[in-house]
Amino acid sequence: MRLVVCLKVVPRPEEVRVDRATKTLDRAGVRSVINPADLTALEAALRLRELHGGRVTALSMGPPSFVPYLRVAIAVGADAAVLLSDRAFGGADTLATSYTLAAGVRSMGGADLVLCGDESSDGGTSQVPQGVAEWLGYSQATYVDRLEHPSAGTVRARRVLEDGTETLELPLPAVVSVLGGTTEVRFVDYDRWAMAQAADVEVIDATSLGADPGSIGLRGSPTVVAGLREVHKPGRRRELVTLEPAAAAVRVEEALRRLGVPRSEERSPSPSEPSSA
Amino acid sequence: MSGRGGVWVYAERRGDAFRPVSLEILGRAREVAEGLGEPLVALTAGQDEGVGDELAQYGADQVVVIAHPLLSRYDTRVFTGLLERELRAHSPSVLLLGATRDGQDLAGRLAVRLRTGLTAHVTSLEVASDHRLVGWVPGFGGGIEAGITCPDRQPSIVTVRPGVFPMPTPGPGGGAVRVVRPSLDEAEFGSRRIAFEPNGDAVDLTRSDVLVVGGRGTGGDFARLQRLALLIGGEVGATRVAADAGWVEHERMIGQTGVVTRPKVVIVLGASGAVQFTVGIDKAGYVIAVNRDPEAPIFEAADLGIVGDLAPIVDQLVKDLGAV
Repeated sequence: MRLVVCLKVVPRPEEVRVDRATKTLDRAGVRSVINPADLTALEAALRLRELHGGRVTALSMGPPSFVPYLRVAIAVGADAAVLLSDRAFGGADTLATSYTLAAGVRSMGGADLVLCGDESSDGGTSQVPQGVAEWLGYSQATYVDRLEHPSAGTVRARRVLEDGTETLELPLPAVVSVLGGTTEVRFVDYDRWAMAQAADVEVIDATSLGADPGSIGLRGSPTVVAGLREVHKPGRRRELVTLEPAAAAVRVEEALRRLGVPRSEERSPSPSEPSSA
Repeated sequence: MSGRGGVWVYAERRGDAFRPVSLEILGRAREVAEGLGEPLVALTAGQDEGVGDELAQYGADQVVVIAHPLLSRYDTRVFTGLLERELRAHSPSVLLLGATRDGQDLAGRLAVRLRTGLTAHVTSLEVASDHRLVGWVPGFGGGIEAGITCPDRQPSIVTVRPGVFPMPTPGPGGGAVRVVRPSLDEAEFGSRRIAFEPNGDAVDLTRSDVLVVGGRGTGGDFARLQRLALLIGGEVGATRVAADAGWVEHERMIGQTGVVTRPKVVIVLGASGAVQFTVGIDKAGYVIAVNRDPEAPIFEAADLGIVGDLAPIVDQLVKDLGAV
């Protein structure tokens, strides 16, 4: 199988702070990671390759500083990596991003299966995989926690929905978005680490990609950030105390009692309180 | 940009009912449509022809019901094609969908099909002074949200988080209902459903009055949280970090991409308090937070904040409450 995994490099969420004066994100000194759900997608691709053979290519879009992250993907197990990198790609929303990634897949001669994380931990629109599928004209399954390749030309994907799971059979080629956290992701293979450092990460710019200038970056992005504002938060009391566990528990119990929680008839039975009560 | 094509709401069917989020959106969309001076149109697709009046009662001026026996289940290819046809024929200025799994699946595909802009997971909708619809999305890291518009292309497609708008009260209705009966056969479907397994004991945190929520700081020990939740008649919830780590089912994820909850009280344990999470507890009556880091943003979103290690505090609570 020709497998492509789309990877996004995102800032570590816990390290980003907001500059309240300028209402902008302070990313100075913030470290980045491969989006966790995308690593789950990579793992799913590697397992399919182990079972059915084929080749796994990691694909990302971003500045040249993303190359080391693609080497991490190679060290984890990807066979090759491609970075779509050009200033003209900057400022892309989901329409332009999915266009560009789809063009990246086309530049490899297409794929049998494109895997993405279901959502990025920074943007969080959860829309790029569907967009890639549409640009490529591939079938799609989103929010997938289990993938099989039962026969040539098909993929079987279990989607996790609000009220259950549905298992779909789709014709290949297809795009699948994989739910983060649904599969244990393997560690970096240290035998591969040195090889990955020397591996050739292919960097493709907009011209080499043959991208339509009107479909990439800011120009290809119909959505506009019209404004930023402080999140309107409900007025909380913001009482802050430092207490030993016993005293802290008493404070919580007081608060719960005042709020009528738990109402005594709802309290679950405990040894001193027979369930027949 | 305001055309007369209207504000359209895609009302998602699940079984023989509408998704609650679709009706919530209709309530807010009524105000948006009035603000834009455009009609409110509800669009649905499913196996039942007779569901249009209900959407009219929830405020739609016009209803389009696409009905066919094969539409009892959602399929990306078929639903995208059917909606595309209606949207191209009527050129609405706005299309709103619930940010359910199927809603997101459809919105992302449809937006690219129509080469238009998509704003995902909004938590509020406003009509700006220039008569543009602005969808507000909580921003990264906390404290700010971004207002997104789609000024030059139509429709502006927006998905809305379940639970952010109140459920409207149905009125007398009376809007015009148009039924579309497409010809369809199985071969047009992009996928074949070979199994559906309903959740055994479906959790719905939006209906719980009491929540005990864990984040990264729990280190994955949700059994401890479960004991506490049981004692106070609550449910266990989690941040995205905790859900992605596989510590609890994704159905228990709270926040921007999880559920937006309205409990009477929520106890938040070991969560830093990123805004993507706190949007899911902003409607709580009372927030108690425990975190080891006195600088954690979660304390900004809490009524009672306790600086300390969560494990001994929870154990003490379980001991005290269990002994009552």
